[in-house]
Amino acid sequence: MPTPTLSLYEQIGGAAAVDAAVDLFYRKVLVDDRISHFFDDVDMDRQISKQKAFLTMAFGGPVHYSGQDMRRGHAHLVARGLNDTHFDAVVELLGGTLQELGVAPELIQQVAAIAESTRNDVLNR
Amino acid sequence: MPILNWRGQSIELSPGETALEGLLRCGVDIANSCRAGACQSCLIQAKSGNVPKAAQAGLKPALAQQGYFLACMCKPEEDITAESPGAGVRTPARIHEIRWLSPSVLHVGIELESPFDYRAGQYLTLFRPDGLCRSYSIASLPEENIINLHVRVIPNGQMSGWLSLQEPGIQLMTQGPAGECFYTADSPEQPLLLAGTGTGLAPLYGIARDALNQGHIGEIRLYHGALNSSGLYLVPELEELTREYANFHYQPALLDEQGPLPQYLHSQHPKLNGWRGFVCGDPGIVNQLKKRLFLAGMASRDIHSDAFVPNATGS
Repeated sequence: MPTPTLSLYEQIGGAAAVDAAVDLFYRKVLVDDRISHFFDDVDMDRQISKQKAFLTMAFGGPVHYSGQDMRRGHAHLVARGLNDTHFDAVVELLGGTLQELGVAPELIQQVAAIAESTRNDVLNR
Repeated sequence: MPILNWRGQSIELSPGETALEGLLRCGVDIANSCRAGACQSCLIQAKSGNVPKAAQAGLKPALAQQGYFLACMCKPEEDITAESPGAGVRTPARIHEIRWLSPSVLHVGIELESPFDYRAGQYLTLFRPDGLCRSYSIASLPEENIINLHVRVIPNGQMSGWLSLQEPGIQLMTQGPAGECFYTADSPEQPLLLAGTGTGLAPLYGIARDALNQGHIGEIRLYHGALNSSGLYLVPELEELTREYANFHYQPALLDEQGPLPQYLHSQHPKLNGWRGFVCGDPGIVNQLKKRLFLAGMASRDIHSDAFVPNATGS
């Protein structure tokens, strides 16, 4: 019998992988001088649930943001100067998190590509 | 725009307006305090129409199923007919004991007419006979029968000032309990870090004793932050607990001696992997403490907090 093809989300490890990644990822974000100031005033619990949704999407999982959602959600940050360098930093930290969790490089590349596809909406252009 | 029907009155809500704002705009006298979904004093019941999920966040499932919702968190998407909460949501109580714990903190012991289940660290809302209400964290354990609250008396504070003048026997109404900042006995060996400022000590004192009573064997460290020594209270009781239980430690943290609580905790506990944390008190400090514990390696699911949302009614 042929093995059914696993989705990216399943290959990474699904919801359990999101749970394992979220604290690592958010801790990296909070101590990274390039981007931490965007998170100074945010409520940690709310932010963690947002990070979980973001990671689920980036892992190819069952969360689908529309371009409009992305724009609305980041407009106030763009007004505070959010730009490509910040976006690059987040993608870099995301890759670092997955590396630390032992995810295969080719899967990390696919995750980075999904994150990349949101760049223009996140930066509101 | 959606219509809110309330006792024969049809209130058309403006875009972005909450049900509570609409009711107050039309002169309806409705209990409310924090306007942030925490104190639950503006709880009302929908008789028809669907309320948004956000308006039922934090409610007990039984209440949510009966259509109860928080007016301050409700921006309806469709017409709703609502009523005051039915009997049974609020419990009559009387003041059993009232005394000063420090120059600014009152101990208020409350005796309920019909006791409800609660966990130390949850909070309840007190209603004065005229309907004015505020929420307070619970410092007692259910088996103690009297519910103990710590009330910070603030200059011109309507509720706290009134309470400071009351005597045992005075009747009140209570609603609750609510909140998810309490001890669970699922991992008795896990070290616990309890930290808070001001009357954030009330839930922490309850949580610490709850954990000890349930046989917690991991170490329990309680830090109480204050500006100076006059802000400390319950010191003899906490020192007594420290003598009685080898795994319990109480440490006051005074701003003018140990420095700000988040930084002091960082110096005492640079690594908190595997710990569970409880932080309570002023929202600004609670946020800083949560971040500090998280960055020291505590898992986000192990961080429990209760930020004391201030009254938002402008009085």
